[in-house]
Amino acid sequence: MITVTENKRLKYIADLDYSVVQQCMHCGMCLPTCPTYVETRLERNSPRGRIALMRSIVDGELEVTKEFGEEMYYCLGCLACTTACPAGVNYPELFENARAEVEFQGVLFSPDRRFWRWLTLRQLFAKPWMLHFVGRMLWAYQASGICGLVRRSGLLRLIPKNFRELEPSTPTIQRKFSTQLIEEEEAPAVSKRYRVGMLTGCVQDMVMADVNRDTVDSLLENGCAVDTPRDQGCCGSLHAHNGDLEQAEIQARRLLDQFNLEDLDAVVTNAAGCGSHLKHFGALLKKDPDYAAKAREWDSKVRDISEWLVEIGFRKPLGKVNSGGEKVTYHEACHLCHGQGISQQPREILRSIPGVDLVELSDATNCCGSAGVYNITQPEQAGKLQREKVANIEATGATVVATANPGCHLQIENGVGCDVKVKHPVSMLAAAYRKEKREGDE
Amino acid sequence: MTSFDSSTATGPETIAELCRIVGDDNVLTALEDLIPYGFDGTAAMKEKAACVVLPRETGKVAEVMRFAAEKKIPVVTRGSGTGLSGGSIPVQGGIVLCLVHLNEILELDPANLTILCEVGVITKAIDDAALPHGLFYPPDPGSMKISTIGGNVANNSGGLRGLKYGVTRDYVMGMEVVSPSGDVMWLGSKCVKDVAGYSLKDLYVGSEGTLGIITKVLLKLVPRPQARRTLLASYDSMEAAARTVSKIIENQIIPCTLEFLDRKTCRCVEDYAKVGLPTEAAAVVLIETDGHEAVVDEEADAMARIAEENGAISVEKARDDSHAALLATARRSAFAALARIKPTTILEDVTVPRSRLVEIVSYVEVVAEKYDLDIATFGHFGDGNVHPTVLTDETNHEEMARVHEAFSDLFDKTIELGGTITGEHGVGLAKKPYLQRQFGDASYSLLAQIKKTLDPDSLLNPGKIFESETSS
Repeated sequence: MITVTENKRLKYIADLDYSVVQQCMHCGMCLPTCPTYVETRLERNSPRGRIALMRSIVDGELEVTKEFGEEMYYCLGCLACTTACPAGVNYPELFENARAEVEFQGVLFSPDRRFWRWLTLRQLFAKPWMLHFVGRMLWAYQASGICGLVRRSGLLRLIPKNFRELEPSTPTIQRKFSTQLIEEEEAPAVSKRYRVGMLTGCVQDMVMADVNRDTVDSLLENGCAVDTPRDQGCCGSLHAHNGDLEQAEIQARRLLDQFNLEDLDAVVTNAAGCGSHLKHFGALLKKDPDYAAKAREWDSKVRDISEWLVEIGFRKPLGKVNSGGEKVTYHEACHLCHGQGISQQPREILRSIPGVDLVELSDATNCCGSAGVYNITQPEQAGKLQREKVANIEATGATVVATANPGCHLQIENGVGCDVKVKHPVSMLAAAYRKEKREGDE
Repeated sequence: MTSFDSSTATGPETIAELCRIVGDDNVLTALEDLIPYGFDGTAAMKEKAACVVLPRETGKVAEVMRFAAEKKIPVVTRGSGTGLSGGSIPVQGGIVLCLVHLNEILELDPANLTILCEVGVITKAIDDAALPHGLFYPPDPGSMKISTIGGNVANNSGGLRGLKYGVTRDYVMGMEVVSPSGDVMWLGSKCVKDVAGYSLKDLYVGSEGTLGIITKVLLKLVPRPQARRTLLASYDSMEAAARTVSKIIENQIIPCTLEFLDRKTCRCVEDYAKVGLPTEAAAVVLIETDGHEAVVDEEADAMARIAEENGAISVEKARDDSHAALLATARRSAFAALARIKPTTILEDVTVPRSRLVEIVSYVEVVAEKYDLDIATFGHFGDGNVHPTVLTDETNHEEMARVHEAFSDLFDKTIELGGTITGEHGVGLAKKPYLQRQFGDASYSLLAQIKKTLDPDSLLNPGKIFESETSS
């Protein structure tokens, strides 16, 4: 049924250039690549259907309704449609503005939802100190054994169902965060060719700080001096993808302030979800006279780690990661292959590692269901995608899945058994460099 | 249009009855659902239905149709909605009957080389199913990864392999059809020879949903060619390219692919995909031959020689599969390269006898200049099917008016050259105003007579192909 709402004047959708909305020629090439359309075979759950709804809103034929809001959150934001699109529709921009409009109009409002959004977007992921503090507490909780006690006590029943079901899969917080593992400035032992900035991320920083260390090590091995500003926090990708563009702008400005761009040849990230957002600060801050120019320069310098290493002609390691051949398969993070068009570079890195036998994963570019916080907001669909991904991984017989995004990493790790390890390609590269050193020392 | 009154015909009682037939979940009435079913792959056309009905079996299709006939509600059948002539645009206030859930492959018969499937099966899935048996389903419309076989049959879709392998019609051996009164009929058989009565199945191939609702199709499969060779030749004039094509066929080689890009498309492709086309290229031709390993080698050598003898400025022969894929990039990215230039892209599909292809391509350039429009052309050299692609903006009404005038001129020229206004997209709404020019008066009125006989109340996709009237 049609939900009648009295919309406020449109803020975000109306702000889009009409040509962006109009660029979709509804040819349907996106349909078979869209996980939600494949699931339901309903046009509303497809990219062209969603774009048609957005356009109808701009054209005044449809209000921003609750149903529209739910549709925008049923979309994974995996961007598989952008790879399939012949017309080059800027779906990320449409999607982010549509979600922002949904939030602005408040059509999905509930007191609970507002509280959780405030807590996560405006507190936890807006303030680096708070995230670190919570991370520390969580580490203590997990490391001390209280965790098991709480699970047995039934206290978990006090938290909302979606979160409760996720509790067993809460990522393990590492004892040391990035800033404890990485110096503010590190210089390569070999002769210096480049100077790069290192993005530590927020989740990556606490849950996979070792991947950050491995990234820095690989950069040093390839003649890059590395600057790692201390107080980075979340890049705002989480906010932009979840309808909080206002806070995303604040996060972007704060990050821009941390780096001396003119001194840097590149700014390197190892998290696909961040990278695909980080490369578009120019568009995000285009109306900000103080930051627009710097944001554009920033966009031109941001590189995913594998993209950067291949671009500068990285040195092939000599150390074998495994004495026998190790079967490794590669899962393509959506925001790396679709969001940034990076597919070959991570494979090139993996193939360069002695002892790695790279086997292709079928439907490697299909979403694993992590999709930011999708596994929290839409657990059913996320679970289905996770099971499909795991089945494909098992079919390869690989003992290692390489992937370059923390969300995918955790989602796959929670799905596969203990026999399969999940690793970032750059960690495998760094391990091979270390092995080579040890072998050299012997 | 029809005399049907949408305000009374599709009221709450009608919706309730449809829900009873197919189940509540399979009837959509929310505005958020009707908008995305309001269009297909055609530019600048939309309409709003009263509801979308998604049956999951043939029996339900017949039941819905019987009910619609009783209430005299128009029904527009639809698959994945990738059509390029507006053939599946809804009738305002009518029913959209979407058959994507009828998607089972029912039987693959390797002894008779046939495959029986429901109409919602994706075209590519049919060829994928044939592959393990060493078989092949050749028609490959550009949308084959998502188009349904029902849509292909209803539009008699073509593709890149027309010259050697023909089009969808050449593979349809039988079908199940629901009539406008809700009767279920089977037409055709697995027999290669079958002359019992009129070839009724052929009436439904290409009927664009105006005569009946096809629910199952029986298709012919052919042995899969073992090998394929690919060549890419560039020319500084379209005439030289055409000479090569004629000479190849004169030498009794029938390539499976003979695709061309014109000068403008070459430039756009080069800007977009950087495939290294010569800057002076006025025509690029992608040639593929398939068949037995030894034969394709011989044919590829002969075709390369013919291309060189006929003025090619460069000829590249693929070394292996990955090199072949690289050579095919230019043709494959043509549409994408053009589609991203302007907000609205209109893909035409006029077709002329192969020998007149150069004339129609150069006429497109004349028309583009006359009406000051951005038009690039690519298409199928082998079967004379060209795709003049207009890059425009549908919100610019003044320019859109010029686009329509340009098309009108183009269609006149096509007919003058002995061609057809549509080679593979169908008439639908987009070509409807021009159909009578191509048909003589007698043959045009025959269309209406057939429609009146098979669908007297004009319930099925009314107003498509030509104006239809109800008998009452």
